[in-house]
Amino acid sequence: MEIDWAQAHEISASVSSGGITATAAIEAALSRIASRDNTLNSFAAVLRERSLAKARALDAARAQSKPLGPLAGVPFAVKNLFDIAGLATVAGSKINRDHAPATADATLIARLESAGAILVGALNMGEYAYDFTGENVHYGACRNPHDLARMSGGSSSGSGASIAGGLVPLALGSDTNGSIRVPASFCGIFGLKPTYGRLSRGGTFPFVTSLDHVGPFARSVHDLALAYDAMQGPDPRDPVCVDRPVKKTVPLLDRGTDGLRIAVAGGYFQKGAYPEAQTALRRVAQALDANAEIDIPHAQAARAAAYVITASEAGALHLDRLRERAADFDPAVRDRLIAGAMIPAPLVVKAQKFRRWYREQMLALFSNVDAIIAPATPCAAPRIGQETFVFDGAELPLRPNIGVYTQPISFIGLPVVAAPVPLTPLPIGVQIIAAPWCEDVAMRVAYALEQMGVAGARRPEPANQPDKERGLGNQSTGRSCRSARSIRALRAGVRKQ
Amino acid sequence: MRPSKRESTRRKANRTGSKGTNKKMRPAAKEVADEYVDAGAKLLELSLPPAWRDSVIGNLQTTLRLAASFADFPLPDESEPAPVFVP
Repeated sequence: MEIDWAQAHEISASVSSGGITATAAIEAALSRIASRDNTLNSFAAVLRERSLAKARALDAARAQSKPLGPLAGVPFAVKNLFDIAGLATVAGSKINRDHAPATADATLIARLESAGAILVGALNMGEYAYDFTGENVHYGACRNPHDLARMSGGSSSGSGASIAGGLVPLALGSDTNGSIRVPASFCGIFGLKPTYGRLSRGGTFPFVTSLDHVGPFARSVHDLALAYDAMQGPDPRDPVCVDRPVKKTVPLLDRGTDGLRIAVAGGYFQKGAYPEAQTALRRVAQALDANAEIDIPHAQAARAAAYVITASEAGALHLDRLRERAADFDPAVRDRLIAGAMIPAPLVVKAQKFRRWYREQMLALFSNVDAIIAPATPCAAPRIGQETFVFDGAELPLRPNIGVYTQPISFIGLPVVAAPVPLTPLPIGVQIIAAPWCEDVAMRVAYALEQMGVAGARRPEPANQPDKERGLGNQSTGRSCRSARSIRALRAGVRKQ
Repeated sequence: MRPSKRESTRRKANRTGSKGTNKKMRPAAKEVADEYVDAGAKLLELSLPPAWRDSVIGNLQTTLRLAASFADFPLPDESEPAPVFVP
């Protein structure tokens, strides 16, 4: 086992069998963070003392032959909207730095630590989670480990970059409209957005309570499933969290896809997709022998309704802060929030009524299919600083439109695994969408793709690895997500030839 | 007794999924959005310096343009919003 790219289940097995100590595993993670994160910019806080104390306690427990848990000694980190006892929950903002320190850990941190995992830090994110880029005016851009000049994606930017960069094997993030699936796609790793209400949001800073989900990131489906299984269960701290029986997914992973009816989302979900997104979707469809194309009706309206609910609830959530400290927001977030606070109420009510209607249509679709595959993002990671992109022939603002394919799915809380297709020069993700409470189906499909070599978290090339001596490393000319200006330049070049 | 005209329209909507009107929501004209945002900022007690105003108006117009795709979607009066409160 090479500790610097080891997966969570490998570390746990080694710690449990005495191959390495938990202290050694944590020291290695802290060392990677110290040496590499100055360029990735994925960590907001590092918990050196706390994590080493937990590791020593775990090693002592092993010496006494006590049970260690399925994630024994696995270092993990969380988006900094999860409460960590003793730290202010910053949520990517400047304003929340003034909050009192949290008095307890978020529920999911406690559950992962009960399974033996060890929290090593808090991760950067887009301000108040209203972001798809990974850029943050207060803390700088989080960088993509496959090309440091490119976006990590957001809003769980640090979660994506820290996993893809090999700093930790397991991280938590949140997803309201795509904030797990977008960074998973751009950074080329696995992410799980579970069914709405499946995992507790207890002890997290909210964004849009109607749509907020939390979930894990990892470099393998096995690790995703281990973490998910350790975190399930009701929680009185989150009234949305359901009281359903725990459904373990690890034992189901190797059941394969036999008997599963898998279709490709057509229409809206392929309109505007860049060549890399089409290639990834085609490879996945071919590997799964998914020949049927399915039309998800009114996906555009679903996306619009999610957009309206998001803006309205977020505007209401932050209204007092907008009154008192508007200048302390990221301007791009602030102006969306102010506009959101002014959305006429009838539109918000209609959006919520449409949401129930749309859910019924989707549930009817799932009587004929078990899983639907769709692109996660229209393109691979754009360059940091890029503000617009060409989508379906029109130049659009990049920031709100990266989530065009993710929003209609989270709108009704369907479980999704974002599975990375390791294209070169940049990876890109595909969504594997299942019926409510069928995370196991999405993970079985993702696991099968991983076993076939179609999906997988590719290690960044050494030339792209963060290195303070080299500064920004690779400046790839990868042909991904293009702005109108770059397309005009390309066309001008062609004409000159 | 025959149902009133309004009642028969409502029953028809329930059967057909139509709300019985063809009036479409149109995107707000620029001057309407300008006035709405200025008034809304006063109502909500939000300061709106000139440097932010156009961006806020642009964001609201984008939202309203998107909302037009579902605002007139035919649903019966009795349709329930998605969130359900359990006492």
